Amino acid sequence: MISWSGVVAQVTELALAVLLAPLLTGWVNQCRAWLQNKSGPGLLRPYRTIRKLFAKDAVIATNASAVFRTAPYVVFACMLVAAAIVPTLATDLPFSIAADAIALVGIFALARVFISLAAMDVGTAFGSLGARREMMIGFLAEPALLMVLFTASLISQSTSLATTVERLARMEFAIFPSLAFAGVAFTMVSLAENARIPVDNPATHLELTMIHEAMVLEYSARHLALIEWAASLKLFVYSCIGISIFFPFGISQGGDPLGFAYALPALVFKLAVGGALLAVIETVSAKMRIFRAPEFLGTAFMLAVLALLIHALLET
Amino acid sequence: MITAAFANQIINLFAAVMLLLAFAMLAQRRVLSLIDLFAMQGLVLTLSTGFVAYTTGQTHLWFSAGITFALKVVLLPWILYRLIRQLDVKWDVEGLINIPTTMLIGIVLVILSFNVALPISQIAGTITKGTLGIALASVLLAFLMMITRSKAVPQVIGFLAMENGLFFAATAATYGMPMVVELGIALDVLVGVVILGVFFFQIRERFDSLDIRHLEKLKEE
Amino acid sequence: MSPEILAVLGIPLAGGAVLALFGHWKRAAEINIAFSSATFVAAAALVVRVVDRGPFASFENQLFVDALNVFLVALTAFVAMTTSIFSRPYMRIEQEHGKLTVARLRLYHSMYQLFSFTMLLVLLSNNLGVTWVATEAATLTTVLLVSLYRTPASLEAAWKYFILCGVGIAQALFGTILVYLAAGKVLGSGMDALLWTELAQVRGSLEPTVMSIAFVFLLVGYGTKVGLVPLHNWLPDAHAEGPTPVSAVLSGLLLNVALYALVRFKVLADGALGAEFASRLLMGFGILSVAVAAFFLSRQRDIKRMFAYSSIEHMGLITFAFGIGSPVAAFAGLLHMTVHSLTKSAIFFAVGHAAQKTGTQVMEDIRGLVKVSPTVGWGLILGTVAILGMPPFGVFASEFLILTTAMREQPWATPILLVSLGVAFAAVFGKVQPMVFGETTAKRLPHPPALVPVFLHLALALMLGLYIPPYLASWYREAARLIG
Repeated sequence: MISWSGVVAQVTELALAVLLAPLLTGWVNQCRAWLQNKSGPGLLRPYRTIRKLFAKDAVIATNASAVFRTAPYVVFACMLVAAAIVPTLATDLPFSIAADAIALVGIFALARVFISLAAMDVGTAFGSLGARREMMIGFLAEPALLMVLFTASLISQSTSLATTVERLARMEFAIFPSLAFAGVAFTMVSLAENARIPVDNPATHLELTMIHEAMVLEYSARHLALIEWAASLKLFVYSCIGISIFFPFGISQGGDPLGFAYALPALVFKLAVGGALLAVIETVSAKMRIFRAPEFLGTAFMLAVLALLIHALLET
Repeated sequence: MITAAFANQIINLFAAVMLLLAFAMLAQRRVLSLIDLFAMQGLVLTLSTGFVAYTTGQTHLWFSAGITFALKVVLLPWILYRLIRQLDVKWDVEGLINIPTTMLIGIVLVILSFNVALPISQIAGTITKGTLGIALASVLLAFLMMITRSKAVPQVIGFLAMENGLFFAATAATYGMPMVVELGIALDVLVGVVILGVFFFQIRERFDSLDIRHLEKLKEE
Repeated sequence: MSPEILAVLGIPLAGGAVLALFGHWKRAAEINIAFSSATFVAAAALVVRVVDRGPFASFENQLFVDALNVFLVALTAFVAMTTSIFSRPYMRIEQEHGKLTVARLRLYHSMYQLFSFTMLLVLLSNNLGVTWVATEAATLTTVLLVSLYRTPASLEAAWKYFILCGVGIAQALFGTILVYLAAGKVLGSGMDALLWTELAQVRGSLEPTVMSIAFVFLLVGYGTKVGLVPLHNWLPDAHAEGPTPVSAVLSGLLLNVALYALVRFKVLADGALGAEFASRLLMGFGILSVAVAAFFLSRQRDIKRMFAYSSIEHMGLITFAFGIGSPVAAFAGLLHMTVHSLTKSAIFFAVGHAAQKTGTQVMEDIRGLVKVSPTVGWGLILGTVAILGMPPFGVFASEFLILTTAMREQPWATPILLVSLGVAFAAVFGKVQPMVFGETTAKRLPHPPALVPVFLHLALALMLGLYIPPYLASWYREAARLIG
């Protein structure tokens, strides 16, 4: 049954994600600047960057194949789908039947494969290096992310994100140590997946350390704009997954407009807090050597597995 | 007064944190952080014992919470810190097996101990299902840490962490052992650490290092 | 309140304190002997009282005496006394050789008394938790004794001893907690639920699942201390590297005491589970220990190490006997405990002197002891013959009983036992014989060492082989009934 309010919620949510994502990135950067006693680039800087990039002419390497050209669109589309199935404002999303939590991980993986292929496509050294590192991180982060989502799914008895969030939001207050562990694990995975410190530094172009930036060095103009936008969207989607699983309070559950009006400010507030926290984490921690990243993600995986174990053993 | 279900959840939370700390110890490379983790485990023990004392109204548990705090949060970490400073040991803990492998073995141990404890927990009325399993898991994880570390100090911390796990089992499963026994155990632990301290100096005097790999000469030919 | 129990426990405890203060005196060894002798006198008085008036409990039921433990108390106090007599000249010579300082002798004397105290406490405690605490304390008191010489090897042995026994005994604590958990269901939580006398009365209604898991943990825990294979790794090292009097009491007494604790729990487990479960485990571990230790015997070069393996073998045999479970087997096990204690400590005394005279523990370097010192030589060869189960010594009687019972009740085990005992005989005798009767260029010692304790022990072992006094026999039977 597709209800009208559901469709409205779905559309609003998607639009909100696409439009707000660069703002979240801007907010994180701004907070980071403040914490480091800098004046900061301003909240709207990502929007300006995207607009500027769209206005430019694209330069593409002569030996680039179709993969290189299509990759930004694929990646952006993947992030759109992901944004569509993660409940942010309401839980009755008609589109959520399209993909569950496991498929969500698959969608992220698809985006990763495409961007890595594109990075290797032109054949520069940096591209391959970045792709290799990205795959290593992905290969370690995905199982951890899956475990986190499994824990939430086990608690709510469903792998569909919308249902999970709905049940978690409706549950009466109880202490779930497993969710706490999963939350920490999820935070670690998010840091790695979104190329944040301590795993990667979004602001560096130092060849020894960069991962994500190394892959997109060859891109320019609208392709780069899409990739940047997709990156913002990814951060937004990850934040929303975290928020809706671990802090689902305030999300609207039915089609009632009042709940909707309540959910929007709640979401904005939670995102603002989350972004600020991310900035704090990035400020207080130092970038790890790349060889330490497996250990970092291994710990995340451990925590997620522990969460799963604890749920299975303590909370049933 | 809090409800029984909520009390169970709190105990579960403590149990989960115990397990987390046990794993953190397993993963920790630096000796000083290891001591901090040990002290934190002691603190969790104190809190959980105090909580059980509060919910069950068993007065002797307040005492044992007090002893735990004095011994495991204050005294033993202090002694260990002093030892490390006086012995001037290297800060890094070298493992014999790399850490991810150790962690994987650790997970297997957790599952194993839950299976061992399951039949007991099903009969025991006092405990929530998993705490005994978690206590046993902490014991085994500490044991694993002792096996995989090649330096003397981490081995001792493993030994003490093992005792923490046992203490947690006693509190969670049986609301604590009788006072005499708990005092005796505390005394044993304290004396044990003091003797080990003496022993460290003897080892270092003899080998100029606290690496136990020096202590592997006695073998069957 | 019983003055005898108070004396048995109080004297060594006070001795530990006194010797900690005055252990550096010239006469410390004599003080040590005095305290140990006083303990033995108190133990003898306790025996008289128990024989007179039957078992009783004391100190609000925290301590108790029955036929089973009073016999071990007497044995422990006796061997502790003779060992202290042996240790006086022995440690003095060690000091003259520059292996020990006065400060370490003080430590040694004080710890020796405290060690006696902890063992007696394990035996007398009615509270299973206190039993555990005392067992752990027994480890703690002996760790520094094992490393007394501060040689690299002795430090290693002590470290291994501490860590392995510490880990093992931790498992026993978990087992004890589980027993307490099971008892709490029946007796309610509180002190009573840990008292053995209370538990023994309700043992039939203890939760079987919990008790079975508990017994496994207890077996691993106390079994480490008994030195059962495969938990025996610490034992040969600790015996070989520590001072000889310590080896003697470790082998002769501590192993017994740990086994005693295990047997107490076996009684409870049997009550809850039927005899099968614990019996099978004990027999399995026992026979494994016998077989493995017997085959390791032939590979040893260090004499104390070899006799340490021999202790593992005999402990395995006793464990096996208790595992069989019938009264005759339990009787044989108890008898074997006694004669093994006496004989093995006598051997260690003789070995200590032999090693001291020749300055080595490597068997190939010790030759012709009879010529160097007839008493040491004959003491060693007689002790060896006795421990190998030759008639007319007591070990023969107990081993014969164990084997015949095994033939009747567990026929599968008999060939394994026979082969192991045969291998052990060949290995040990083949090594000791040239040590005693081989050619040597060393000169005869001017002063023969005083070996009264050796021959006293051997005489007792001989007596038990030929004739068990009726009151002793009825006493064993009573104790065996308690176990079976």
